[in-house]
Amino acid sequence: MARDRYDAIVVGGGHNGLVHAAYLARAGLRVCVLERRPLVGGATVTEEIFPGFKYSVFSYVVSLMRPDIIRELDLPRHGLRILPLESTLTPLPGGGRLYRDSDHYRTWREIARFSVRDAEAYDDYGRSLFHMARAVKPLLSVAPPDPGKLAGGDPASLMRLGRHFLGLEPEQLHLLVKLMTMSAADFVDEWFETDALKATLTASGIIGTFLGPRSPGTAYVLLHHYMGEIDGHYRAWGFAKGGTGAVADAVAGAAREAGAVIRTDAPVARVLVEGGRARGVALENGDELRARVVSSSLDPHRTFLELVDAAELPSDLVAGLGRFRFRGSSAKVNLALDAAPDFACMPGYGAHLRGAISISPSIDYLERAYDDAKYGDFSRRPYLDIVVPSAIDPDMAPPGKHVLSCFVQYAPYELARGTWDERREELGDVVVDTLAEHVPNLKEIILHRQVLTPLDIERTTGLSEGNIFQGELSPSQLFFLRPVAGYAGYRTPLAGYYQCGSGTHPGGGIMGAPGKLAAARVLRDLRKKPPGAGPGGKGR
Amino acid sequence: MLLETPFHPRTAPLCGSLRWRNWSGYAAAVSYEPSHEYEYWAVRSGAALFDVSPLKKYEIRGPDAARLMDRIVTRDVLDSAVGRVFYTPWCDEAGKIIDDGTLQRLGADAFLITSVDPCLRWFEDSALGMDVGVRDVSGELGVLALQGPTSREILSGLVTGADIGSLPFFRLAEGRIGDAPLTVTRTGYTGDLGYELWVGRAHALEVWDALMETGRGYGLAPAGLDALDIARIEAGLLLKEVDYVSSWTALIESRKSSPYEAGLGWTVQPARGREFVGQRALEREAREPSEWALAGLEVDWPEIEARFAAVELPPLVAGRASREGVPVYAAAPGAAGRQVGYITSSTFSPVLKKYVALATLRRPFASPGTRLRVELTVEFVRHKVSATVSRMPFFDPPRKRG
Repeated sequence: MARDRYDAIVVGGGHNGLVHAAYLARAGLRVCVLERRPLVGGATVTEEIFPGFKYSVFSYVVSLMRPDIIRELDLPRHGLRILPLESTLTPLPGGGRLYRDSDHYRTWREIARFSVRDAEAYDDYGRSLFHMARAVKPLLSVAPPDPGKLAGGDPASLMRLGRHFLGLEPEQLHLLVKLMTMSAADFVDEWFETDALKATLTASGIIGTFLGPRSPGTAYVLLHHYMGEIDGHYRAWGFAKGGTGAVADAVAGAAREAGAVIRTDAPVARVLVEGGRARGVALENGDELRARVVSSSLDPHRTFLELVDAAELPSDLVAGLGRFRFRGSSAKVNLALDAAPDFACMPGYGAHLRGAISISPSIDYLERAYDDAKYGDFSRRPYLDIVVPSAIDPDMAPPGKHVLSCFVQYAPYELARGTWDERREELGDVVVDTLAEHVPNLKEIILHRQVLTPLDIERTTGLSEGNIFQGELSPSQLFFLRPVAGYAGYRTPLAGYYQCGSGTHPGGGIMGAPGKLAAARVLRDLRKKPPGAGPGGKGR
Repeated sequence: MLLETPFHPRTAPLCGSLRWRNWSGYAAAVSYEPSHEYEYWAVRSGAALFDVSPLKKYEIRGPDAARLMDRIVTRDVLDSAVGRVFYTPWCDEAGKIIDDGTLQRLGADAFLITSVDPCLRWFEDSALGMDVGVRDVSGELGVLALQGPTSREILSGLVTGADIGSLPFFRLAEGRIGDAPLTVTRTGYTGDLGYELWVGRAHALEVWDALMETGRGYGLAPAGLDALDIARIEAGLLLKEVDYVSSWTALIESRKSSPYEAGLGWTVQPARGREFVGQRALEREAREPSEWALAGLEVDWPEIEARFAAVELPPLVAGRASREGVPVYAAAPGAAGRQVGYITSSTFSPVLKKYVALATLRRPFASPGTRLRVELTVEFVRHKVSATVSRMPFFDPPRKRG
């Protein structure tokens, strides 16, 4: 039986596990990342599923990745290139469209075709969301202090945040409270009357949740998708050159350079616990690795109920985890295409193919899609969020050919009728049929189709119930409540055992913040200098 | 009234932004789309097509062509191989730069040299007593710069009669695209893998059309001067009248620069039997270095962000390149606060995620790693932020030469 000795073992080589490992290694720890699959990235992977065509198999766009992480790990030097995603096209039934891009006046004219009032409100909406993103930005770089634990907690941090929020302009504070409590549909209703515009903006509020556009709490998810920034531009979304796997590869490069060891094809069976303390891990092949620190980047269910024995944990944590909502609600369809998709509402090859394409013609359309899911079926008319990566990055497909990435909602993990293994291609057909209504040449140009149901997402990436965020992003599962009230500070009840995945604050998306914040926690506990506090040392 | 380049019938309808700049009397697209962001990324991720026809171009032919060129430019080109291309400045007798450009050795007795501004008189006057002709072919040739990682694939599939795939950095090849004869040089102003195509006016449009057609599958985009400006700063390449002032246009002596002062010391190549214009002055300067040197600066981005954040603004300097002169100050104890130079060009680099600048600095402050302070104006208030002298080029991908 092989025995290796590390300071820290990171379970799971997704982007958060890798960010976590990179910061620990830069602080001088001997770090080993253990990834179950043959490649790193978790849900942040690029794979050539069909020869010559590269799919961003799961996650497909970037915005939330924290600029401080990009800078501190020098990810550009490790190959990270984020290409702009400048436009959003909403095709409408009957050949109409709503198109928005970085051309301010053109966007104004496009919206004004529906409503001049909305065209004017659009700038105001943008400004308001800018202020909201700024307002919550400090939350992204602190471990969440628990207001229920003033004594023994972190009252200084709580005070700082309190002062920050009370320092906001009154109208901004009011808007923030609305965002935390309202539905996305009601929130955008405060500005707009055009259904297609409202629906497309609202769609950001339902992504990855098992909630409808009119469900309270979805306004926060909308904000979550607006918190990102690229080169100082708030709310900007981009596409990682080479697909999202390039993000993971860049972080892995930074981690390796700092001395971290990354082992793939190395599934962890369990965390070794002795005397209430994590001592290392046992791999599925029987190998044991010892370390002072074990950090799990897996979701809370796997971190607490699979890697360790629930009997080792306090009952309130176990009970809380039982109530933690995953409820995967989305699927992914990736297509290899023989030619460019030709949209009836914007024919030909053009700049619109370099942006997002959203099948979200109306709020009712989205709500009906949710209705199907509420009763255990996938949407007969799903919401689709589409990008054509090969139109943005020529490396993704052979010249003249294309890949098309289609995020699909709703596809509930639990089906009322049949199993996902039986109904996978039925979902694929629904997606292709829905898109083909807007892309007349679609069915003739499909060379290959990959349909990933929530069950497939769970099987491949390990994300419980296929939830893309490692647990639903709703106000009741955020901040000091993520994953469970009282257990939000990256530590666990087992000494030396930490959680660093998207199931912790500030949540999912390719953000990296949980991995970095958890690394700061580990390093403080080891009395090391926290990350970002100066140039990191090389690993030993 | 601006002139139209040979490619104008194609570039004009594409230039939906109607953003044009006067470049040597020609209309040159600043960006085709309202924002240059995508055009910039075409350079670094796919390929960009720039119309650089406004460059001045001179054909030098005759038995003394090599002697004339060797007399004018600082590079040693007398016995150079046919097919080589040189980047080079040329100087006045005092060793101060007049202009700069690329020099192609087309044959034993034939060269093509580019310049930013007209130089015919200088070249002819320098040819006194030599058997050589200088011809201004600026209006006869269209020039396209095809720049970016996919440029080789695009061109390889199009050019016949030359092996583009094996063309080394700073070499030229003669070939055809369709029926159009053209010269391809592996050169550019972006610091990336790239080529420049030199084609007769009559064939210009068919070359443009062929490139655009084939380029679509390779992420090709027509690109303008805003994108080019960011790329060339990342590549550490100088712009005449911005990063150095020509000795012909400088109104005062202190504005002139020698190649050593402009970071072009490597182009000064005295050799046995050589005597180029300015050589003696430059030999003197090599022994007693000037007090000025060109250097690259990395300006501390978190500090810039923090200055803007303090007034609740995003960092508004991200976006396009700036040619505004910015004072640079010493940071070292003792010298702190003393102005030691100035930035001439600066930009946020989207590919590096850093704010980088070209600066002219007093030599003791120009060595890599030196900590400096640079001025930053935020909401009409002047601040100083940290900067570090960095090696150039800032961005230097292996594919550039590979």
